Amino acid sequence: MNYNWNWGIFFQPNPMGTGTYLDMLLSGLALTLKTAALAWVIALITGSLVGVMRTLPSKGANWFGFAYVEFFRNMPLLVQLFLWFFVLPELLPKGAGTWLKQLPNAPFWTAAIGVGFFMSARVAVQLQAGIGSLPRGQKMAATALGLTTAQGYRYVLLPMAFRIILPPLTSEFLNTIKNTAVAITIGLLELTGQARSMQEFSFQVFEAFTAATILYLLVNAVVVTAMRFLERWVAIPGYITGK
Amino acid sequence: MKHFRHIGLALAATFVVSQAGAQELTGTLKNIKDTGAITLGFRDSSIPFSYLDDNQKPVGFAMDICYKIVDAVKKELKLDKLEVKLNPVTSATRIPLMANGTIDLECGSTTNNAERQKQVSFTNTHFLTASRYVFKKSSGLKSIDDLKGKTVVSTAGTTNIKQLTEANVAKGLGANIIPAKDHAEAFLMVETDRAVAFVMDDILLASLVAGSKNPDDYAVSKDAFSKPEPYGIMLRKDDPAFKKVVDAATAALYTSGEAQKIYEKWFTQKIPPKGLNLNTPISAELKNEFAKPTDSPNPDDYK
Repeated sequence: MNYNWNWGIFFQPNPMGTGTYLDMLLSGLALTLKTAALAWVIALITGSLVGVMRTLPSKGANWFGFAYVEFFRNMPLLVQLFLWFFVLPELLPKGAGTWLKQLPNAPFWTAAIGVGFFMSARVAVQLQAGIGSLPRGQKMAATALGLTTAQGYRYVLLPMAFRIILPPLTSEFLNTIKNTAVAITIGLLELTGQARSMQEFSFQVFEAFTAATILYLLVNAVVVTAMRFLERWVAIPGYITGK
Repeated sequence: MKHFRHIGLALAATFVVSQAGAQELTGTLKNIKDTGAITLGFRDSSIPFSYLDDNQKPVGFAMDICYKIVDAVKKELKLDKLEVKLNPVTSATRIPLMANGTIDLECGSTTNNAERQKQVSFTNTHFLTASRYVFKKSSGLKSIDDLKGKTVVSTAGTTNIKQLTEANVAKGLGANIIPAKDHAEAFLMVETDRAVAFVMDDILLASLVAGSKNPDDYAVSKDAFSKPEPYGIMLRKDDPAFKKVVDAATAALYTSGEAQKIYEKWFTQKIPPKGLNLNTPISAELKNEFAKPTDSPNPDDYK
């Protein structure tokens, strides 16, 4: 290997004039976290709605949930972001398309919503599986108590199902963070994007991507720890997810 | 006593070997001689410098220059046969592949600047390009000042986006600058009216326009964001013996007038695979550089 290692590069000023190279990476990290947080909120809300729909007695709701999941789950994320960003505005009426294209921060919103919808399909499947894993008697008991379907979900099924799927949801959350890296394809300069910029400017490839790797690992460690606390906090003794 | 004599002999032998070693080949040249092969890194879509033609064979202006260098290396090492291996590279892989010895020369459109010279070396400049912008003729842009308050795109991680950002501040344009992943997507942003202009090396803009659906719809600005910057063929750093051979080869090629013929073949005539013509005659600066070849990363040295 004939490579000129230079770990001091992080403290040298970056050519964009926005501080050091480290500042560049940290601003990318901030954008990664913002994008991931918004995407995860979208994924949790829509994913839960669709997941519930897939377990409802209604055929229509079932079918919609099925179509939604298959649509968002089966297309590569890279292709989806490209479609939302470049193709969708061309299919809209001209005025609406232009409005959409000229939105400030369009790459950020497209990335957050795009990753959010993609992950929501996965959350939906998790939740469906969680609800499906409950004994059938639970639903019947809820009905016998005089609860409506909505109340049955709210007070009996969902609290149980969410506890069961908390560990897999942790890994979905981690996936959401990692998936924001795809957003460089639509020009969002998040952590991976900034690492690439740093590599192009300074030619210090390995330093740039080592730093990015470490930052991703740190973020993921924080998330995993936080989720462990959450799991312990919501655990109910005696239940399958309890201690 | 016998032992001592042996040690003395061994020492003498070591001395002789190391003396001979000083004249032997080192680094890349030694490696090429030992393996009988040299590896060129090429780009798959850097038209017309280095790209794949319809037979998936790498061709281009920089490839032609690299083959001339290969001839010179072959002559220098007095080899009857020198195998040329071809290895695709991207902007993300060219440094690791150069560092770990996979490629010996990178034949593409890599800008030679002082920052990068800390990591690699370049041979004599083979092209000069300035940052300009491409726009739709229908948008009626004329100068850099016309970009005031408009959305402008450039490729992330390039010197061009840096120059655009600087001009934006210096001239108080208030333009909305968005980064794109690569040149194709940046051009797509102009094509779909997401941005009014794309700031990039003028030669790359010329090739994007030539390859677009309606080349007549686009024009490249007269105004430039920078002085002409040099492109160089990249090689490993700290290998003076190899660099000397490569520099001599490119210098001979450029000063002989042959380089200008190769230039005309790629920049003023129809090129494969689609018969595009970039219509870019040689600039005065490049003509001067060919007369007096240099590997300087400083744009001020090319006037």
